[in-house]
Amino acid sequence: MMEHAPLDKRFSVLGTTSQTIAFAVLAVILVTAPFFTYPLFLMECMCFGLFALAFNLLVGYVGLLSFGHALYFGWASYLSAEAAKNWGLSPELAILVGTATAALCGLVAGALAIRRQGIYFAMITLALAQMMYFVALRAKFTGGEDGIQAVPRGHLFGVIDISSNAAMYVVVLVIFLGGFLLIHRIIHSPFGEVLKAIRENEPRAISLGYKTDRYKLMAFVLSATLAGLAGATKALVVQIASLTDVYWPMSGEVVLMTLVGGLGTVFGPIVGAFVILTMQYKLAWIGQWVLVIQGVIFVVCVLLFRRGIVGEIAHRLRIKL
Amino acid sequence: MVTIFGVPTMALFGQLLIGLINGSFYALLSLGLAVIFGMLNIINFAHGAQYMLGAVAAYLLLNILGIGYWPALILAPLIVGAIGIVIERLFLQWLYKLDHLYGLLLTFGLALIIEGVGRNYLGTAGLPYTLPDSLRGGNNLGFMYLPNYRAWVIGVSLVVCFGTWFAIERTKLGAYLRAATENPTLVRAFGINVPRMITLTYGFGAALAAFAGVMAAPIYNVSPNMGSELIIVVFAVVVIGGMGSILGAILSGFGLGIIEGLTKVFYPEASNTVIFVVMAIVLLVRPAGLFGRGA
Repeated sequence: MMEHAPLDKRFSVLGTTSQTIAFAVLAVILVTAPFFTYPLFLMECMCFGLFALAFNLLVGYVGLLSFGHALYFGWASYLSAEAAKNWGLSPELAILVGTATAALCGLVAGALAIRRQGIYFAMITLALAQMMYFVALRAKFTGGEDGIQAVPRGHLFGVIDISSNAAMYVVVLVIFLGGFLLIHRIIHSPFGEVLKAIRENEPRAISLGYKTDRYKLMAFVLSATLAGLAGATKALVVQIASLTDVYWPMSGEVVLMTLVGGLGTVFGPIVGAFVILTMQYKLAWIGQWVLVIQGVIFVVCVLLFRRGIVGEIAHRLRIKL
Repeated sequence: MVTIFGVPTMALFGQLLIGLINGSFYALLSLGLAVIFGMLNIINFAHGAQYMLGAVAAYLLLNILGIGYWPALILAPLIVGAIGIVIERLFLQWLYKLDHLYGLLLTFGLALIIEGVGRNYLGTAGLPYTLPDSLRGGNNLGFMYLPNYRAWVIGVSLVVCFGTWFAIERTKLGAYLRAATENPTLVRAFGINVPRMITLTYGFGAALAAFAGVMAAPIYNVSPNMGSELIIVVFAVVVIGGMGSILGAILSGFGLGIIEGLTKVFYPEASNTVIFVVMAIVLLVRPAGLFGRGA
């Protein structure tokens, strides 16, 4: 069906001029930032940024709110940690194993969830994620409450030692920018145009002859896979895979990041991830109140700030970001 | 010892009883979700938090003001219902014209706030709630031992569930409610104050959750996170039953409680996940849900 998609708009790899400039700024920031702040923090920001970008692919461009993305993030992180630590795989293969796990989970969960729409879709994804949380809690290899600890970063392609933060930073940067460009390419491809058509008016897309279920499932699997890529990478960055990453608050957190940054914007999820993680680090001392603050941000964003940070900037400047 | 399929009858009926108890809570909560969804078109993520608030209110009433179980059974739902009304007026009323998803996100935020405040003041460990003397003890039925309190919970849940069903399906007020669900503009044209009905519906839903919370307090411990895990299971129950029918919500609540109880007997490893597995199977076989009317 791809050839029927609207092709009148020609896109460069990076879309509009404003997006090209924003991407250049982002790349410069990420290359220079480790000289000014903690590389480990930046790597986490990139992992969560990629996670939020993957989530946004589904909610922002197909209009499907998944409330269970922790499943793909967390399970990819478990399998990546297991492969690196106990199967003795090199880091790129470990990440591949984790990502493939997420893709498989996404295929099964997606096929079930797209059978219902709207609010039910959110509840189904949440319920399936909770099921896999219990599986993770019970499974032997996940180490239960302890998680998989002391995951070795190993040697990239069996040769390059990436145990130092500097080397790991380069790896994460490449994965992050690669993931970003891939998502950007998907959004601006004819396939992405069909996804947006489904978001705007699904019955009309069906009447035009698109098998919307296939498109939705494909988008779901892509989103889960990229969320898995983020989770698998994160396991090597922080060298631990734990229950936190598969539990429901993690699903809520990625929703929050995307909402704060701007639903359906290209750069919003990255900004949102950075803002939320910074907040968590700065406010670590107030303990449980972080939960309350996150709740307040949710409420404020939904009532007064639905465009999010990047969406608001883009709206004011009348550009696409 | 008498056994069925190699399982002692005592254990079997004991787990069935626990299943029925859990089922009572699933039914009460999914009923509230369905009623709220019908009127407000919002999935109330804060439902679990309101259930927890009911239990906490009962705990505080007892331990600070010395007000016992019976008054708390009325007072706690009234308090939480009032909070619900404030929530609807302050926040939810601005969302009705937006995509449904915003209602989910906002109530999720409210749930985080309520749970976070609870954790700060009550800690994460469970607090015990003592049973009223009048409901202690139990009877030996010959094939099993039936504690009085558990029998009471099941009985009351059934009465409340069918009372709600009757009020909505068989009374004049319920007819207004159903009409307002179908076509609010037309109902307003007849001079009925629909916005007030919506507010009261949300208050009623919150109160129903709090009522379940008070009843749960003596069985499970009172803890700030007692609601969040439960609400996810209730979501699965709602997906299975479909929110189109009140009776469907009640039946699937009790039914799934029993299935969960039986799983604990025959295959305990799967007892946490069985409801989600049932949900997956229902989605494959009957995507609209067992009692649903379309997606």
